[in-house]
Amino acid sequence: MSDSPILLRVRGLCVAIGEGEDAVRPVDGVDMEIRRGETFALLGESGCGKSMTALALMRLLPPGGRIQSGEILLDGVSLPDLIERDMRRERGGRIGMIFQEPMTSLNPVMTIGEQIAEAVRLHEPEQARNPRLRVIELLRSVGLPDPERRTDEYPHQLSGGMKQRVMIAIALAGRPSLLIADEPTTALDVTIQAQVLDLLKGLQRQTGMSVLLITHDLGVVAEAADRVGVMYAGQIVETADCGEFFRDARHPYSRKLFQSLPESRKRGRRLAVIKGSVPSPRRRFDGCRFADRCDRAGEPCQGQVPLCTLVAMRHAVRCHFAEEPDLSATGPGSIDPTPADAGRNPPVQAPLIEIKGLRVHFPIRAGLLRRTVGQVRAVDGVELSLAAGRTLALVGESGCGKTTVGKAILRLIRPTAGEVLLQGESLAGLSGAALRKRRADMQIVFQDPYSSMNPRMPVADIVAEGLRAQGKAGKPDQLRARIAQLLQQVGLPEEALDRFPHEFSGGQRQRIAIARALALDPKLIICDEPTSALDVSVQAQILNLLKDLQQQLGIGYLFITHNIAVVSYLAQEVAVMYLGRIVECGPVEAVLETPLHPYSRALLDSAPIAEANRHVERQPLQGDMPSPSAPPPGCHFHPRCPKAQPLCRETYPKESLLESGRRVSCHFPLGLVLDSWPGRVGMYSCPPFRGRTG
Amino acid sequence: MMAYIIRRVLYAIPILVGVNVLTFVLFFVVNPPDDMARMNLGIKRVTPEAIQTWKAERGYDLPLLYNGQAQGLEQLTGTIFFQKSVKLFSFDFGRSDSGRDIGYDISQRMWPSLAIAGPVFLIGLLTTIGIALAVVLFRATPIDLTVVVAAVAMMSISGLFYIIGGQWLVGKLLRLIPISGYDTGWEAAKFLVLPVIIGVVGGLGSGIRVYRTLFLEEIHKDYVRTARAKGLSENAVLFRHVLRNAMIPILTMVVAAIPLLFMGALVTESFFGIPGLGSYTIDAISRQDFAIVRSMVFLGSVLYILGLLLTDISYTLVDPRVRLS
Amino acid sequence: MMPELVILWTDALIFLLVAGILLFAGYARRREPLCAPWRKVVRSRVGVASLIVLFAYVAVGLLDSVHFRAQDAKGVETGEVLSLFDRIASPLRTRQEKTYSAPLALHLYAKENIETPDGNTVRDYPRLEHAGSHLATGSAAILDQARLLLVGAFEGLLLWAGVVALLAGLLAWREGSGFLQQMEVLFTGDEEDIPWTTVLVMLGMILVLGAASWQLAQHYHLLGTDKVGEDVFYQALKSIRTGLVIGTLTTLVMLPAALLLGMMAGYFGGWIDDLIQYLYTTLNSIPGVLLIAAAVLMLNLHMDNHAEQFGSVQERADMRLLFLCLILGVTSWTGLCRLLRGEALKLRELDYVQAALSMGVGHFTILARHILPNVGYIVLITLVLDFSGLVLAEAVLSYVNIGVDPTTYSWGNMINSARLEMAREPVVWWSLLASMMFMFILVLAANLFADAVRDAFDPRLRNER
Repeated sequence: MSDSPILLRVRGLCVAIGEGEDAVRPVDGVDMEIRRGETFALLGESGCGKSMTALALMRLLPPGGRIQSGEILLDGVSLPDLIERDMRRERGGRIGMIFQEPMTSLNPVMTIGEQIAEAVRLHEPEQARNPRLRVIELLRSVGLPDPERRTDEYPHQLSGGMKQRVMIAIALAGRPSLLIADEPTTALDVTIQAQVLDLLKGLQRQTGMSVLLITHDLGVVAEAADRVGVMYAGQIVETADCGEFFRDARHPYSRKLFQSLPESRKRGRRLAVIKGSVPSPRRRFDGCRFADRCDRAGEPCQGQVPLCTLVAMRHAVRCHFAEEPDLSATGPGSIDPTPADAGRNPPVQAPLIEIKGLRVHFPIRAGLLRRTVGQVRAVDGVELSLAAGRTLALVGESGCGKTTVGKAILRLIRPTAGEVLLQGESLAGLSGAALRKRRADMQIVFQDPYSSMNPRMPVADIVAEGLRAQGKAGKPDQLRARIAQLLQQVGLPEEALDRFPHEFSGGQRQRIAIARALALDPKLIICDEPTSALDVSVQAQILNLLKDLQQQLGIGYLFITHNIAVVSYLAQEVAVMYLGRIVECGPVEAVLETPLHPYSRALLDSAPIAEANRHVERQPLQGDMPSPSAPPPGCHFHPRCPKAQPLCRETYPKESLLESGRRVSCHFPLGLVLDSWPGRVGMYSCPPFRGRTG
Repeated sequence: MMAYIIRRVLYAIPILVGVNVLTFVLFFVVNPPDDMARMNLGIKRVTPEAIQTWKAERGYDLPLLYNGQAQGLEQLTGTIFFQKSVKLFSFDFGRSDSGRDIGYDISQRMWPSLAIAGPVFLIGLLTTIGIALAVVLFRATPIDLTVVVAAVAMMSISGLFYIIGGQWLVGKLLRLIPISGYDTGWEAAKFLVLPVIIGVVGGLGSGIRVYRTLFLEEIHKDYVRTARAKGLSENAVLFRHVLRNAMIPILTMVVAAIPLLFMGALVTESFFGIPGLGSYTIDAISRQDFAIVRSMVFLGSVLYILGLLLTDISYTLVDPRVRLS
Repeated sequence: MMPELVILWTDALIFLLVAGILLFAGYARRREPLCAPWRKVVRSRVGVASLIVLFAYVAVGLLDSVHFRAQDAKGVETGEVLSLFDRIASPLRTRQEKTYSAPLALHLYAKENIETPDGNTVRDYPRLEHAGSHLATGSAAILDQARLLLVGAFEGLLLWAGVVALLAGLLAWREGSGFLQQMEVLFTGDEEDIPWTTVLVMLGMILVLGAASWQLAQHYHLLGTDKVGEDVFYQALKSIRTGLVIGTLTTLVMLPAALLLGMMAGYFGGWIDDLIQYLYTTLNSIPGVLLIAAAVLMLNLHMDNHAEQFGSVQERADMRLLFLCLILGVTSWTGLCRLLRGEALKLRELDYVQAALSMGVGHFTILARHILPNVGYIVLITLVLDFSGLVLAEAVLSYVNIGVDPTTYSWGNMINSARLEMAREPVVWWSLLASMMFMFILVLAANLFADAVRDAFDPRLRNER
């Protein structure tokens, strides 16, 4: 592919939004080339201008935005110079585009058939009279099951993955030579992400189109791209072939990105962080844009704009030190040499919290009298236990019930059945004042740093809220001192006290949220995806902080996440959840290295890993997760399971208890592994698991 | 879906009961019928006999809630509450305080009301949507700004001014059409033109603003970007995608108003001397005829609830997300 | 001797409202999230311009809300209750003519039999008693009026210069910079700050217009007189208070109920929600005008039958005004309640409410500390959006005779009495036009201000205009 002709050439692209002094330049001199049939990944953290670049290529910039300078040549045609009517022919014609949010990107009141037909009519006049055949052909090519029936359905009747397939079908209607995919899988679960990435790859092989893949995820790059461009503050700072990039990234920013990725081999060490935060797009630069945050920044970096230097074949870096050997001599992906912490795996003590047979069912009401006609079994018999000072990760895809487990433990949702024992004391019977008192021991940190704080309260009040509610506030100056100390503990200055949440970045807000949780000296913190809304470099800071706090204070974490990499870095135990039940549970090394349940296996396989040439052959899971209101009979996983047998369709597997606390619910745990498992303890049945077994 | 609609219909019953109780309290408990009689007969020098006769003629001489003197079921039916309030449920409005059959009056008067309110509603809707769409097409240009400013100015003018000024300008100054009055059949048209024009113009300002905001809200949604990325022209995006989605809130807003068209326009009708329900109400208010006001309250509530019901139904019809779930 | 103050119900509520606003301003000064949107309002040209117009109206309204028992020259109470504004405008109030006269006219509008000094009776337009009475002949009126206009305009300009100097001085004191420097800022404007040039222009217009009208009104009937010969300009100014009272108090009287019920319905859900929803759907289903009509008729009846409970005519009229606010409030709070319910429903699921729950914070504390501050903007937007609608509604209701007391000055009453004269030849147009103009300016300013407020407070619409 490296010798195929160039399809798209972008030179010095600048995008401005607004006029005069207030103008913001989210894209500020982007150069790139995309060859025919190649996948070019544009990698960057939020706010770096990667989506703006894509919209500029389509000439679909938001109101007030315009291409200020630069050239965009698509197969020799200069896109900025086209009149609007001709540009419309290119849009959806030679350039197709798909977006991040499949949920909202389709018109809710038009059938998907109509929406695809619209594109067909525009770009294939010969099909205009009867586009239906072409629509069905397109739907089939994107792997939508039963396309004849589906064309007459509305978007809300499809799952997220299917909607993204429809989006791809719309983009393919004009037989594009360039497909721009703007974070196409970010809103999707990992198993669905794997399906969509595979689909894109397959389509690319068939049609020979080029793909501009915009992503923030190094794993996705490794999985799908041929070439990669790293974008920072409106510029591309490094371009290379994918293999070369993962072997030998040269720009300090790229290297830092690798180092801040959580991985199992970095367990027990601190992750590297990038100091400071992304510069504002209003800022004008005199030197290197990364200089303020760079460990290597030297004399030339502040005053002199670095040029793109070719360091190897087709590998360009925008850095003054691109050709000098790296001082730290750590290759990309290598480990930050910060010393390992001592108590890597704290000793297992008596359980801090035990969850027994937890069920949360939501009634489905219908009919004239709103009678309960069914149950959404969001959580359907979950058993977990966690010791003080340890981390239990609860993993699963969205909709599997993991967040509900967290909320049910805190009694933010009333459990339908089951028990939660905190230090041996049951919380089930508590209510009113007694419950409020006990709540101090369990706190929660949420995913979204923006909605987790009342925007109208100053930080001091936010952090003090729990103390006040528990009557532990004390005198005003004592309280203030305590809050200042808490803020210092999470790495925020005392001045933060009187400021308001909107003055802080996402990472800083997450620190405030952690301080708020710490205020009550909890024994357990439920972390509900605390880092998934954050950029990689910020995620590293928060993970480091959580780890430090656990060591200092001996808090137990129930870490709810979908990110396997974070689990492998942080947790000691992991529980895999599918459709309201735990399918596998055990020590993290064992489960992640030798998963016993086919679903755990699939989850691990689907998670993209940021390593060179990791184009492994795998069987992506087919289909979507069924609705918890109507779980399949027998084993819930059997419709998607590659190893399903007739038995799986009939009965839900009993839970097998294995050595070292490992548990799995599968009739046929991945055989090979099971046989080689030395001390397989005899199976015993767990009575609480009596779901709908046919 | 059927179950849903039936549920909504059933939900209307307690609301109507509530309205009924409320009006009963307002009309008979706050001021007992004696006071009403006294007021109608003139406050000064009323003999108790005169009050009794007045009450007896109009059926207000019964006890409020419980008739101890009657037998059996009569104990409940022989009360003001049953005779005057409960009977409304069968659309038996009874007689006005001046002795006319209210039900008959309503059935006669609702057509002239509809003859004005209907055209005002339809023409108004089409014009406002049309202008709003045009404004959205030219958004962020001087045209947009001009129309928005004009709309704000227009909605700051009192409706009374449109009516009085309109009549003065068109009727009196230009002498184009008769100032007021009404006729039967097609002859009525010439009396309707002016009120209809005034009605449409009076609603233009706020209408344009509401619809413009609705369209603008829609135009920033993700699916519109998808439509543009397909290569659709701005017109196609606006008409095929934005309008279709914006029609859902518009339609439901509009449907709720349809039943109330029968109630007519209060001021317009009385000002132009059109014998509709609006002027009927105004006359009743100025004559202090409580029987009519009470009937109109009930009728208005029924129509309002009908509007809510139609809204629910139209939602399920137009929005596939509701229809198919 | 100091005249005895009389505090009418609406006066009390108005001053309560003003005190509340001042208290809130003091509280918000140090809290950036509360100030920021307001700063945005005053930084938009339209926002600040409409605010100044509103201030002018409010100033008249407040002056008209300080009531006291009138005394004659000897300090004996006359039994009348007057306001501060009446005192200031007493030349307008006291100079009553016989009947209609056109704006700035010297003669009545209708011919009368006049006895000439020689004993004959002529049928002619008689001279007005008070308008231009300082002139010997009517022919000099135009010149005299032009002179008064110029004098007034000049006074207005002087006043304006004084205000500007005061403003610059205040700014210089606050910013700690020079007076002249601030003058320059005022006249050239500053990109990031309040659009001072707009402020100056608006202030100038209002002051010049006001002073000129004042000069003319002292010697003539600026906007003519009505059927009983009362000065229309005075009536229009007096109506301001009524309009403001209805526009603000209506929403405020039912605000506590709407807030509490709306937030509770959304936050608690379940049967509480069902009950509250039932309540407001029922109320909402009664057509507003009819409910108002019924209630006002009932009130009239009640007041007629129990006239002894209400002291003076003025107190009676004031009670009717307050009651009208109350009943208008009852018909209009449901919309706010529904909005608040929806918002509380959203807020209750937000993480910070969940976090508060998990820390053991009580429900009512959450309502007060988390929900209430975050629905504040809805209340404010509703308040300003409803204001103009209510001012317009007052006119219609008074027109239908179910509005304010016929003795209360209001634009609706003015229109109501003027419409009958539209049939006269030639038309008596000034009462109608005067009330319409006063109302239009207020409502337009309120609408524009509402837009500015909504843009600043509602984040969803932030990028629209």
